[in-house]
Amino acid sequence: MHPIRKKRLTIVLFLLAGVAVAVGLTTYALRQNINLFYDPTQIAAGEAPVDVRIRAGGMVEEGSVARDPESLKVVFNVTDFNQSVTVEYTGILPDLFAEGQGVVAMGRLQPDGRFVADQVLAKHDENYMPPEVSDALEKASAANGKPATTQTKDASY
Amino acid sequence: MWQFFHKLGSPKWFYGIATRLMPWLLVGGIALLLAGVVWGLAFAPKDYLQGNSYRIIFIHVPTAFLAQSIYIMMAVAAVVTLVWRMKLADLFVRSVAPVGAVLTFLALFTGAVWGKPTWGTWWIWDARLTSMLILLFLYFGVIALAAAIADEKSSARAVAVLVLVGVVNIPIIKYSVEWWNTLHQPATFKLTERPTMPAEMWVPLLLAVLGLYLIFGWLACLRMQTGILVREKRTRWVQELVRTGGH
Repeated sequence: MHPIRKKRLTIVLFLLAGVAVAVGLTTYALRQNINLFYDPTQIAAGEAPVDVRIRAGGMVEEGSVARDPESLKVVFNVTDFNQSVTVEYTGILPDLFAEGQGVVAMGRLQPDGRFVADQVLAKHDENYMPPEVSDALEKASAANGKPATTQTKDASY
Repeated sequence: MWQFFHKLGSPKWFYGIATRLMPWLLVGGIALLLAGVVWGLAFAPKDYLQGNSYRIIFIHVPTAFLAQSIYIMMAVAAVVTLVWRMKLADLFVRSVAPVGAVLTFLALFTGAVWGKPTWGTWWIWDARLTSMLILLFLYFGVIALAAAIADEKSSARAVAVLVLVGVVNIPIIKYSVEWWNTLHQPATFKLTERPTMPAEMWVPLLLAVLGLYLIFGWLACLRMQTGILVREKRTRWVQELVRTGGH
């Protein structure tokens, strides 16, 4: 390669490396702001501020959803299979909200550890499948005596 | 290899190759895209969770895929511009930036339409959506900068530097769903693993992506040919071409 071109190529590579390092350090410093939500383990460890509007995210725990028959109030546990947080919400839930599905709730953490949400968003994973396949999976896992779930273990909630 | 590379720098040679390639790109692209989209929208099975609303994936994923790969191609062309001062590389960046901007906008728009019924919101400032919005602004910046400087050589260099600085955003878009907590789900297609969806879902998706690639190739050739005619209008071969009506 021509020496001038080699020099230019080196400059270009230095430019790229410099920008990559700068952006890398910036996003590393801001990682807590870039994370969309706190997971239950972080909340249990006291990393989330109390009585500040934050988001909490995780999987709705199986069998934990309790609806108030008189109002739109609903209480459920959000878990990351390590810790769980009790969420209270009054309002209409998204269609995809279900036990075993991921959610992101926006609201305030109370001093007693409850999370009072004013918005609940549903999160889905990248495992799309036809209804027949999902039914078959559920039947198979029911036959094995395990709780029926279509989520894979490593799927992020 | 180097000989081919230097030939590629010749506008006349590229013009001839593009003319021969374009019909194939257009016909193949339309056929694949139509097959993929029609199969996906009308015949693929519905999702167990989202029902029919997941079908927008057959539009959303191809546009988002292309939006990012066009930027990577622009970055490669920017390196060629800076190191080898090849005019055609600069012309490529200028020609495809608007295409990339439109596809990025379509990806954001279809994502919002998909997000409302599934997540419950049109927009959320999570890492994936925000970095995709930054990509749209990068495309706008490239288009504006390319038009702002009159001198061809300094314009080419300035645009190339901007494109290269912006390319760090691409791995951020790609890995945002793994590095941070986001509302957006992880990627449907991964390079190292088989897709987690059944074949009657991912095959039409793949066809649509390939079809859009070919149509992009056709559009890039067309726009670059137009650019070549404008830039080389004083050369003999272009005047000859115009006089004979392109034959």
